[in-house]
Amino acid sequence: MIKVKFRNLPTQLSLLLLALLLTFSTTTYAQEESAEAATEVAPATGEGDAAAGKTLFNANCAACHKLYKKGVGPALFGVGDKYDKEWLYSWIRNSQELIKSGDAKAIAIYEEYNQSVMTAFPALSDEDIDNIIAYTYTPKPEPTVATTGTTNVGGDGEGPTNNIILAALALIFLLLVVMLILVNKTLRRIAEANGVEYEEGEKRLPIWKAFAQNQFLVFVTSVFLLLASAYFAYGWMMQVGIDQGYAPVQPIHYSHKIHAGANQIDCNYCHSSARKSKHSGIPSLNVCMNCHKNIAEYNGEEDLENGYTKEFYTNEIKKLYKAVGWDENNQAYTGEEEPVKWVRIHNLPDFAYFNHSQHVTVAGIECQKCHGPVEEMEIMYQFSPLTMGWCINCHRETNVDLKGNEYYQKIHEELSKKYGVDQLTIAQMGGLECGKCHY
Amino acid sequence: MTKTTINMKKAIHISIVIIASLAMVSCFDSNSPNYQYMNNMYEPVGYETYGEYEIFENEMEAKLPAEGSIPRGWMPYEYENSTAGLEQARAELKMTLPVTEEHLERGEELYEIYCAVCHGTKGDGQGILMQREKFLGIPSYADPGRNITEGSIYHVQMYGLNSMGSYASQTNELERWQITQHVMNLMAALKGEPALELSSDSEGEAEVAGDMTEGEAETVETEETN
Repeated sequence: MIKVKFRNLPTQLSLLLLALLLTFSTTTYAQEESAEAATEVAPATGEGDAAAGKTLFNANCAACHKLYKKGVGPALFGVGDKYDKEWLYSWIRNSQELIKSGDAKAIAIYEEYNQSVMTAFPALSDEDIDNIIAYTYTPKPEPTVATTGTTNVGGDGEGPTNNIILAALALIFLLLVVMLILVNKTLRRIAEANGVEYEEGEKRLPIWKAFAQNQFLVFVTSVFLLLASAYFAYGWMMQVGIDQGYAPVQPIHYSHKIHAGANQIDCNYCHSSARKSKHSGIPSLNVCMNCHKNIAEYNGEEDLENGYTKEFYTNEIKKLYKAVGWDENNQAYTGEEEPVKWVRIHNLPDFAYFNHSQHVTVAGIECQKCHGPVEEMEIMYQFSPLTMGWCINCHRETNVDLKGNEYYQKIHEELSKKYGVDQLTIAQMGGLECGKCHY
Repeated sequence: MTKTTINMKKAIHISIVIIASLAMVSCFDSNSPNYQYMNNMYEPVGYETYGEYEIFENEMEAKLPAEGSIPRGWMPYEYENSTAGLEQARAELKMTLPVTEEHLERGEELYEIYCAVCHGTKGDGQGILMQREKFLGIPSYADPGRNITEGSIYHVQMYGLNSMGSYASQTNELERWQITQHVMNLMAALKGEPALELSSDSEGEAEVAGDMTEGEAETVETEETN
């Protein structure tokens, strides 16, 4: 699955930091230069402030425009070269008016981007727009990939890791054992050759003979052995058919830790059918594309220990694009789809019925109750045993949620009276009846 | 001599036992499912959801509904997925769903699930994805450049707009209108306007809503083609 490439974290990290520092310092330099260049290219009005432009750009434009890549609208890098400033002012403040006035350039760009209307920004002043244009001259930062790659190669030979130390220790230990045996052997040989007598202790009974003669001890030991083997055999047989901890390798490395954990996306966002269907559906790829149309690269935290680098995650996003047939450069679907063969993890046997909506919508149970801390799972695994005993335990312990359930109010009251309790558990409502799940 | 060989043999036996027990313990492979008793009882006779069967194209059981099939309770949506359609919906499309506390509450829940990650719980465009700079430039509902109406809210959920995708596969008609009600309230709060008034005529309109709920419950899965 993933090769462990990055063993030498500390040394690498420092090198990486250095590399990052260097690259960033150069880009800021370059930014200033290009800002100057921008004013040279477009001399019509005063200079723009690229830093202020960045804030404005992120707040107003970035939803649809990227600097170096097509988004919903065109890439804006160096847009000041393509159009004159006056034109840009009127386009940004109200593009529809410009199109209606019959401006050829405006109509051309409107048609090129599928007649999607650019929001009007009447509130932006000339200065604001100048700043944004200045920001669009920010050159593309050099990819840091290359530098990290070289530092890794350089760092590979240095510093033994824990595993190597352990292996070396084991080897030394083994050598010591062998040496001990050899020394023992040679000493005996020398003793024999020199005719030295040493006590062999032959006269004593061998311990196993003494043991065999003591019938009580034999009896106790055999009982103990039988019990122990029964215990282990029972344990082994009980785990057959249980897939707790099952964590298959999926065709696309989807990290719940990033999506549900760091980005706090609700489980129901993707598994929307859990609210109203028996199954908690695997989201179709259009749901992924709701966000990943825009997010083509991973820029979050890395886990170098396990090889989860930015490039690794970005590559997984590319896999999604390939599967769904999304052409990143043209921002359009190609129609060439490749279904993703996800590996199913949770699977109840056919003889047991389970309904997600009943638990999620009716009972209002948190997904984590059965699926565990999914928001911390880098690789999804089966958290619960999903055995009948496990189901029943929960049914015995969980109270029925009676809120907003007027239809059943009467029967709830009568049942509570019958059992003499304030709060009915699922079991008291018939949640343990065989036919509820097996039919 | 003999004694040492016995020792050696013993050592070998012990090591075999240790290796065997280690193998027993560590042989659970998290990459493949466990053994089962009586497979026939575990595996379904019929085609299982998301199953892999040769009879289907790509061995994929998950299929789109047959072309032209109409889910129960489905109502046609007249406005097309274009700028003209959006403008038409913005002007014409009106909410028939009565404003009730139940709908507003449900709308809020659904909004928190589907919308709040980007648009923020207050509708100010400061959702967690915006704060973490995964998305940029998400506008507030109170943005003066946008003329948001109930029709446009519904239309955009249905088809998506610019960077926003369609939510027609994750929600049904009733749910989209519930979300619309909540968004209208959020927008009113941001602009400092009064919230939606609860519908007073509960009897007649509650019936309409009831019809919608019943029919709509079926439409969910079949709408995924959008």
